[in-house]
Amino acid sequence: MSNNNKKWFSLNLGRKEKAASGSCSCGKTSGGCGGASNSHHITDEEFDVAAINASIGEERTKDGFEQVFDVKMDRRTAFKKLTASLLIGAGAVSTSCSVISSDENKEKSQIDWEEQFKGNYKLMTDEEKNGTVDRLVRSYQLRTGKTISMSSKNAEEDVLFGYAFNISKCKGYMDCVNACVEENNQDRNSQMQYIRIHEMKDGKGFNFNEADDNYYHEVPAEGHFYMGTQCFHCDNPPCVEVCPVQATWREDDGLVVVDYDWCVGCRYCMAACPYDGRRFNWSKPEVPEAEINHNQHYLGNRMRKKGVMEKCTFCVQRSRAGKNPACVEACPTGARIFGNLLDPDSTIRWVLENKKVFRLKEDLGTEPKFWYFMD
Amino acid sequence: MRRLRVFGSLVKDSLDTITHGSKRYHLWMALLTFVMLFGMYCYSIQLEHGLSVTGMTDRVSWGLYISNFTFLVGVAAAAVMLVMPTYVLKDIDFKQAVLIGEGLAVAALIMCLAFVVADMGGPSVLWHMIPGIGVFNFPNSMLTWDVLVLNGYLFLNITIPLYILFRHYQGKEANPKVYIPGAILSVFWAVGIHLVTAFLYQGLQARPFWNNALLGPRFLASAFAAGPALIILVLAIIRNFTEFKIQDKTIKKIAMVVTVAAQINLIMLISELFKEFYAPTHHSESAYYLFFGLDGKDALLPWIWTAIPLNVLATVLLTFHKLRNNFKVLFFCCFILFIAIWIEKGFGLIVPGFIPGPYGKIAEYTPTGIEIGVTLGIWALGAFVFTILAKTAIGIELGTLKYKKNEGI
Ligand code: SF4
Ligand code: SF4
Repeated sequence: MSNNNKKWFSLNLGRKEKAASGSCSCGKTSGGCGGASNSHHITDEEFDVAAINASIGEERTKDGFEQVFDVKMDRRTAFKKLTASLLIGAGAVSTSCSVISSDENKEKSQIDWEEQFKGNYKLMTDEEKNGTVDRLVRSYQLRTGKTISMSSKNAEEDVLFGYAFNISKCKGYMDCVNACVEENNQDRNSQMQYIRIHEMKDGKGFNFNEADDNYYHEVPAEGHFYMGTQCFHCDNPPCVEVCPVQATWREDDGLVVVDYDWCVGCRYCMAACPYDGRRFNWSKPEVPEAEINHNQHYLGNRMRKKGVMEKCTFCVQRSRAGKNPACVEACPTGARIFGNLLDPDSTIRWVLENKKVFRLKEDLGTEPKFWYFMD
Repeated sequence: MRRLRVFGSLVKDSLDTITHGSKRYHLWMALLTFVMLFGMYCYSIQLEHGLSVTGMTDRVSWGLYISNFTFLVGVAAAAVMLVMPTYVLKDIDFKQAVLIGEGLAVAALIMCLAFVVADMGGPSVLWHMIPGIGVFNFPNSMLTWDVLVLNGYLFLNITIPLYILFRHYQGKEANPKVYIPGAILSVFWAVGIHLVTAFLYQGLQARPFWNNALLGPRFLASAFAAGPALIILVLAIIRNFTEFKIQDKTIKKIAMVVTVAAQINLIMLISELFKEFYAPTHHSESAYYLFFGLDGKDALLPWIWTAIPLNVLATVLLTFHKLRNNFKVLFFCCFILFIAIWIEKGFGLIVPGFIPGPYGKIAEYTPTGIEIGVTLGIWALGAFVFTILAKTAIGIELGTLKYKKNEGI
């Protein structure tokens, strides 16, 4: 992790530059990165072998206890693991200590252990990112027998994503909402939705107070118009500033993302967002196995756990692969426009240059990258 | 080496003191233990099912826990109102009260930390917040400031009384050169923990109800009313049930502090109400909701309309010297003032911040039984900690707890 050019302050207690020795630059002597980084393009069998090698490696012959404690650690890692284990590791230790457990169980607990104590994704090197993605893919496979593909693709250069919403066109069909839920594996139990469609009365202007964002009737309703909101991916996002552990940040292509594994669930960001853009997993999110979208991104639609924050990511798994977000693709009226703000030929640039656009609550200085316009 | 031995014997002796006492004392501790166990049971349910067992939702995402946290930071800060005259101005009157005050601060801080932990979605990854091991978003996030100042204050409030008691335990006088700098520091620090906690809310442009410059000062005023009010009540109880002598003069002086703080608090309340209701803007809606309800949704009305009259009544009564010097009236005033500010600075501050939501949605919040159970458990924990601390301190100050040189360990 680059200690030198970071913009934030963190106390450097006992933190040393890691010696660039060892076969694995992710700092995990027990593997989990390196050779297996392309593994989601190979067959299942090859993958199994590679993943087992990667995540157990030389420790394959040792029992669970040794796997955990008999690894070479530098001072910081040792300190981190010990402190953390004192706090909460008792459960994990007891699982990984059991000598009678099968190889698969050992691997599982090894993965769990490494996942529990991995660092913040934002500060990871590319190898470390691949390492955690591989562990997550393998862990999912061990648990369900199904293979998912998970990307850790970084932001591309000269890309800044932006969004425009045509108020004249939206008819309130909510196809975008459904597509979003399916694409992003949101909790079905609590009916979590990133997008809210506000039904407003004609002739009252943009009066959110009298709008209804929870309607169940045929649309478009007579005398009403519709306006959608979601996370606006502010360029100056207040939610990012307040997070005590930097579990949420703005990526270089403008996406504001959350590391679900780093979030401690304090919900400070939720209080700080002026646009109702964030959603919290109040209980364990559940998606029926058949409905899970297997095409995932670490920062996007991978499975979440209870007690963490999530939000719209402009479908990072799609947008970084050159596709439109699910809501844009699903909208039957063409009210939603998405694109690269730095590309002068993009539709979004055309809209911004030729339409009278506005944004919500501009006085707050959050600089949302989400514009509204009318025909 | 000798120090260690003395310390060991202190620990042993204090263990001895806290496990022995009157029947009433044992009953009290048993009750607290029972409530704590109940709270832990409720918390285990929350751990298993997630925060969905609380009344909080995406629309009102902070509730009872954070309300109590906010209020208790104020109580903790109040110890300073006693520290200042005693250590710094050398007003001996307060000397006894101050140990109690600092004990109260320690208990309040422990409750604060417990409430924060109870509110977290992922308590198992809380190590992410430890500086040096996790990632500490300092100085950007006010929450990291809060973690620093609260723990620092806790440290100060443990070490200063510990030093003094440690000396007294050996029958020696405490050296002012050692503890006065610490005491002065803690005076500033107390103001700090309060302002920082206010800034936690004040800094959010998304929530107009909090985003107002008066929030910090009002926090201070209400804290310096509620905290010493609690101290007066506690001193009254201690005076009744132990040999520990607390002079009337001491209580009267603290009552003065409470009065002035309550008056300032009331002035700021009027200023706030004037701003919200004389020329109401879009941003006054939360205040409207709090005081009058919006769209027929009025869950907070009974609360706030209990708090305001109690607050006014207590302040008016306290203002008259005659009434204030009558201890019955004084204790009554302190009690209702404490309740009033608990409502105002807790529920009345946190919940309306979320209502109406960013787009005007009015979704109400009612705490669930489990949430209330955990809250009660944490309050019992605070009372438990305080009782232990106070009992030891009183023992040492009365001289019943003394280091015996020849005693083997
Ligand atoms: S809309 Fe809210 S969640 Fe999204 S970037 Fe802005 S402040 Fe953050
Ligand atoms: S809920 Fe998670 S992402 Fe939001 S501020 Fe807290 S730790 Fe950060």
